[in-house]
Amino acid sequence: MNAVRGRYIGLIYLVPAVLFVAVFVAYPLGRLVWLSLTNASLLGGARYDGFKNYIRAFNDATFWTSLLFTIKYTLTITPILMGLGFLAALLTAENTPLKKFTRGVIFLPVVIGLGTSSLLWWWLFDQQVGLFNRALVDLGILSEPIVWFTQADLALWAVIISVVWKVVGFGMILFIANIQGIDKEINEAAMIDGAGYWQRVARIVLPLSYRTILLATLISAIGSMLAFEQFYIMTNGNPQGQTFTSVYWIYQNSFVFFKLGYGSALSVILTVIIVLGTAMQIMLTRRGEGT
Amino acid sequence: MTAISHDLPAERGVAVGAAKARSTYLVAAVCILVIAMMLFPLAVSFFASIKTPQEAVAVPPNYLPHTLSLENYLKVYNYQAGLPTYLFNSLSVAFLTIGFCLALAVPAGYGLARFPLPGKEAIFLFLLASLMIPYQALLTPLYLMFAPLGLTNSYVGLAIVHTVLQLPFSIYLMRHSFESVPRELEEAAIMDGCSSLQALLKVFLPAVRPGMVTVVLFAFIQSWNEFIAALIFMGKETSFTVPIMLVAVRLGRFGTVDWGALQAGIIIAIVPCVAIYVLLQRYYVSGLLSGAVK
Repeated sequence: MNAVRGRYIGLIYLVPAVLFVAVFVAYPLGRLVWLSLTNASLLGGARYDGFKNYIRAFNDATFWTSLLFTIKYTLTITPILMGLGFLAALLTAENTPLKKFTRGVIFLPVVIGLGTSSLLWWWLFDQQVGLFNRALVDLGILSEPIVWFTQADLALWAVIISVVWKVVGFGMILFIANIQGIDKEINEAAMIDGAGYWQRVARIVLPLSYRTILLATLISAIGSMLAFEQFYIMTNGNPQGQTFTSVYWIYQNSFVFFKLGYGSALSVILTVIIVLGTAMQIMLTRRGEGT
Repeated sequence: MTAISHDLPAERGVAVGAAKARSTYLVAAVCILVIAMMLFPLAVSFFASIKTPQEAVAVPPNYLPHTLSLENYLKVYNYQAGLPTYLFNSLSVAFLTIGFCLALAVPAGYGLARFPLPGKEAIFLFLLASLMIPYQALLTPLYLMFAPLGLTNSYVGLAIVHTVLQLPFSIYLMRHSFESVPRELEEAAIMDGCSSLQALLKVFLPAVRPGMVTVVLFAFIQSWNEFIAALIFMGKETSFTVPIMLVAVRLGRFGTVDWGALQAGIIIAIVPCVAIYVLLQRYYVSGLLSGAVK
């Protein structure tokens, strides 16, 4: 009797969360798809427009530029984040006081807002008052302070430097958890066999980190595909709209040009891309649990 | 000579020891270099924030302030509607987000972990499905939904968006916490004649407190830092949250950037997150790991 009663009582506990997700996620998602088929404007009015918005997206040069730029950003920053994150994990995985402290410091910027850190770096990169520029000159890397945000390529690198500083600790923490979980005996056996440090990293640590690296790569790549703040704050999409990201172009269309219908079509396209990415991530995790 | 010394076991030990000591020093040096590089931006920003406004705009800039001054903080304090307003906005939204997340995720986690429900995994997947949908894409329909209800420029409205963002992780974490409570505890409660609600309040809540702390921690940091929804939903100058206020501070009054005030604002925005992280690091890192390996 208790089990039967328990079933229905159990459902009651789920009702608030299910309702919340239905009203604030499922319904808006449906409405997004509907909006993408209309010429809705933030100024009011919406008429069914068929697939016009999607055809327009196909012919919209800035949409393609922004999508390609987002992909370029993702493909550039993700290997850097994973590589440096893995090196940082190798450096600090041991539990000595200095290494634990280093680990804590590398992770620290992860808790800072991306908007805030972007403003901080925008200042550091400033040609006149920026101390990053000054430090590069003092270290002899640059002969004089440079303007970072007038060339698209340089602006991209400035953003990458700032984001790497902010999120490199995220991958590092995942990798450290993994490295600490590796059986010490394997390492000791390899040491007795005369394997040097980097040999052990290449033959033991890397292969045993494979799944974590894939997972971190996907999480990080999905995050980069949704980049907005860093470009909104640091480059403003400039020069000549060359540094718009997908989310930025959606924001621009929906809330600056008030073209909600068109912005929604772009959102649907982006959502499809991200859902595919996340599905891959979930499949990977599921398969890992099985082994 | 070297050949001979290599054959002596004792000397060989010394040589290996020396190499090991050398690599220990090298690793320590790299650690210190990395620490310096990571802290450099935060340190110079803090130092810039306590310069006088004149020194903060000096070209070329100084690393350290010559004269200490709190004038930049005073300027941020008095910026437009005043810093207290913006702090209050950010904190209100953050606390509402925490409240919503707990109110939804704690019962949901309990129901999912402790009852043999039909179709439970399907419900769980439905609740987590929003993880796959970028919330940036939902902002337009949510905005259209909220505008006629007066939920734009409203703490409740933005907190709902932040809850959308944070709920899947919270539910996942709470389900996990409830599942790891030993069955004996629950059985004892049932023997005592507790209803399921009494069991939740008396037996489970104390046991899942670490999970709840993690939910609170992540909800706070995420809501405090969130940018694009705050930018869209809090368009009125008096309803800005702290990150949006910072962008406005940057624009300055006459089109020139007020660098000193900007740094002061950045430090104010960073301090709560850093303080929470330093105090509750253990919860934060373990929460992050369980969330990522979901």
